Amino acid sequence: MPIISVQNLKKYYKDVKAVDDISFDVNEGEIFGFLGPNGAGKTTTIKMLVTLLKPTEGTAKVVDDDINKNPDKVRRNIGIVFQDPALDDRLTGKENLDFHARMYGMKKEKREERVKEVLKLVDIEEKANILVKNYSGGMKRRLEIARGLMHYPKVLFLDEPTLGLDPQTRRSVWDYIKNLNEKEKITIFLTTHYMEEADYLCNRVAIIDHGKVLVIDTPLKLKSQIGKDVITIGCSNGVVCADSLKKEEWVESIKVHDSSVTIGTKEIEKKLPLIIKMAEENNIEINSIDIRKPTLEDVFLYYTGKKIREQDAGNSIPEQFRRRFS
Amino acid sequence: MMGLNYQAIYVIWLRQLKRFSRDRGRLISNFIQPLMFLAVLGFGLGAATLPGLPSGVRFIDVLAPGIIAMSILFPSVFIGLSILWDRQFGFLQEVLVAPVSRLSIVIGTTLGGATIALIQGFIVLFISLLLGVNFNFSLFLVLAPVFMLLTSFVAIGIGLIIASKMQSIEGFQFIVSLLIFPLLFLASPFSTLDASPPWLRAISYADPITYGIDGMRATLINYSHFPFYISLGVLVIISTVMMILGSYFFSKSEA
Repeated sequence: MPIISVQNLKKYYKDVKAVDDISFDVNEGEIFGFLGPNGAGKTTTIKMLVTLLKPTEGTAKVVDDDINKNPDKVRRNIGIVFQDPALDDRLTGKENLDFHARMYGMKKEKREERVKEVLKLVDIEEKANILVKNYSGGMKRRLEIARGLMHYPKVLFLDEPTLGLDPQTRRSVWDYIKNLNEKEKITIFLTTHYMEEADYLCNRVAIIDHGKVLVIDTPLKLKSQIGKDVITIGCSNGVVCADSLKKEEWVESIKVHDSSVTIGTKEIEKKLPLIIKMAEENNIEINSIDIRKPTLEDVFLYYTGKKIREQDAGNSIPEQFRRRFS
Repeated sequence: MMGLNYQAIYVIWLRQLKRFSRDRGRLISNFIQPLMFLAVLGFGLGAATLPGLPSGVRFIDVLAPGIIAMSILFPSVFIGLSILWDRQFGFLQEVLVAPVSRLSIVIGTTLGGATIALIQGFIVLFISLLLGVNFNFSLFLVLAPVFMLLTSFVAIGIGLIIASKMQSIEGFQFIVSLLIFPLLFLASPFSTLDASPPWLRAISYADPITYGIDGMRATLINYSHFPFYISLGVLVIISTVMMILGSYFFSKSEA
């Protein structure tokens, strides 16, 4: 039984299709990940699912209720951790939780019991009575996760849960997320642009770019789909290079980009001489060779022809300066 | 979802009071500022007489209700600013995504702002007493807090409307200084309506704060331009309208 069922969801702004007709299901009890670069439409999708934004068209069922028809009922059943921290830093950790519990109408005994429970779950019992402004980034994140769990939601939405955290803290937040998925039996919907995060945490991953879902599967299947090993050949002419390699029977998958070719195959080390020979025969200059066990990065590259990281670098240049560089 | 969520109203109110009580700088400045106004203006211009003042009513007596109104006006309007801060820091999302009606959020926010404004008003009232302002401790004094509260509601309504329409904190501050100072000064907090020239008085009649200050004068020092019930009636109507408009615009705004 899917706990979230999205049907033809669209969000258009004036001339941007932020979310462009997506449909997918999330199963009960799984960790489902939305993987894509910044601006792919991840946050917009989450905002529609948690009823903070109205869809242009289409709808979704979250737990038992339609996001358009019954937004208030949807809200009761979900917990949310926003991309930007949404804590009151002039209150203590405990007071933030208490605020949340009362907003969700929890009775006194239940409230106090649950505050203790969730504080323990994310290990901030000792800091519970300290003002949030004195918390570290990781502690703030954990407190927000704890808060999202306060009212026993059936689905927890995490929008970029480890954005801006250092690698060590990121690890620990991952473990908390995994732990509560198992212990609290809660379905988790998260968005991320970190490959390792999606790979490590998610039972299933949807790759999203330019507002469209390109593929949905388990990380393992996604990776094996593009071959056992991955070799990316940077060369002077990608098209010619690919044409001559396509005929080879050991090539399991192939994808051509302007100046590179990505091939999936088994035991790539043994095929390397064949590739170089082919290049020499066709007068193709090889600029780089990169051999890896496949990661979700390769899956992303395979489906979109670009790397997530490269796109991010592009996005970090402010609009007004961008033209000068290109 | 209409209907009221009392627990949510309470906790939104509680949050504001906690934040207020923890802001030491604000507490101190709330004490110092009116003290300066009252002491410096009151004693500095103490010898000045305003035309039309009955004997026994001194300048500082007229001034005190004006300063009380001022100390209510600013924290009330700045409730709007606190909403913009919450939006900037993301906390507003946490509030808006809760299964709570927008009306409850507005009421909790308003009650929090009004409570803080009243506390400030009473601080000034207390300082005035210490400085020897002649308050008229008749039954009317009971009505003074009502005028303080209504004045606060008018200003909170204004704050909510501006906060819902403005996206930036700078913009809010600009509009507020453009709007609040005229509202305050036209209500003649440092002088009396009787002393104003007729054309100025005509403009003052259009300013809701005029009725707040005049009502406070009527109830605190037993001297006013209008009978207190006229001020009360006007304020009830205007504060109701402002609150309805404020709630409406706030409920239409997005996170």
